[in-house]
Amino acid sequence: MKWILKILREIFGIFVDDGSFALAVLVWLAVVYWTTPHLSLPPAVTVIIFFSGLALILAESALRYSRRRQPRR
Amino acid sequence: MVECVEALTVVLAVGSVRGWRSALIGCAAAIAVLLLIIATVGTALTHIPLSIIQLVVGTLLLLFGLRWLRKAILRSAGLIPIHDEQVAFAKKAEAMRHLGSSHAAWDKIAFAAAFNITMLEGTEVVFIVIAIGAGHTGMLLPASLGAVAALLVIVALGLVLHRPLARIPENTIKFTVGVLLSSFGTFWVGEGMNLAWPGADWSVLALIGAYLTLALTMIPLCRNQSQIITSSLRNPE
Repeated sequence: MKWILKILREIFGIFVDDGSFALAVLVWLAVVYWTTPHLSLPPAVTVIIFFSGLALILAESALRYSRRRQPRR
Repeated sequence: MVECVEALTVVLAVGSVRGWRSALIGCAAAIAVLLLIIATVGTALTHIPLSIIQLVVGTLLLLFGLRWLRKAILRSAGLIPIHDEQVAFAKKAEAMRHLGSSHAAWDKIAFAAAFNITMLEGTEVVFIVIAIGAGHTGMLLPASLGAVAALLVIVALGLVLHRPLARIPENTIKFTVGVLLSSFGTFWVGEGMNLAWPGADWSVLALIGAYLTLALTMIPLCRNQSQIITSSLRNPE
């Protein structure tokens, strides 16, 4: 059983190394998936909002990490 | 390619310390398992509606790509150490020496070490191949051929040089791959959600440009942020 858990942990690690970052991405995808059909926004605006959310999550996560770490070079 | 380089480093360390036979058999066994996974999963995916595949695989591709891009940004900003193949080789070779020498024809430790690293790094390659191949029909074969080509190039370099490929610009490659995977992931998730991309497939190019610009902007911002925190800790006033 241990080796199955190890494999599952490795596979999980391929997609997630910062839990809150991965969770934020999934929540944003869910929000866009459930809300956009009910909003009558132009397609271009919808995809810009979709990308902007992902970009903000990435930027916030990288900045949060850099506030906790000191430069190594 | 970077995954192949990382696996090659460990296989070289294992082979040079404990013997090549078991190490190469372990590596070949893992490649056979990985090819079997690609064939099985690739065939199974053809029976699932494309929009569901795009949503599920796109989400995984997005998580994978954004994770790579985030780490590449932090590495470029100097906040995460850059992977050093020479150091990784020395560490693995030392670890193999500590496990004692094996004079038997069949070395379980060498087999297991080579199999594990090839499976570990290969799983990421398999995921990329399946994800790229699943997004559009007929893409699995070209994606698989690309991965095999990268593997052959790295194996050929390993055979010629017999040492870790320390000069491969790993972080630059990971940065580029992170941008590409994030862009394709975003596009496919959008397709799976029935979002209408302006310009259809050409939107991927706009996404690549947008993610690249964002990532390049983030590098100095992360570096500055870290330096501000460091200097405020040194000078609390």
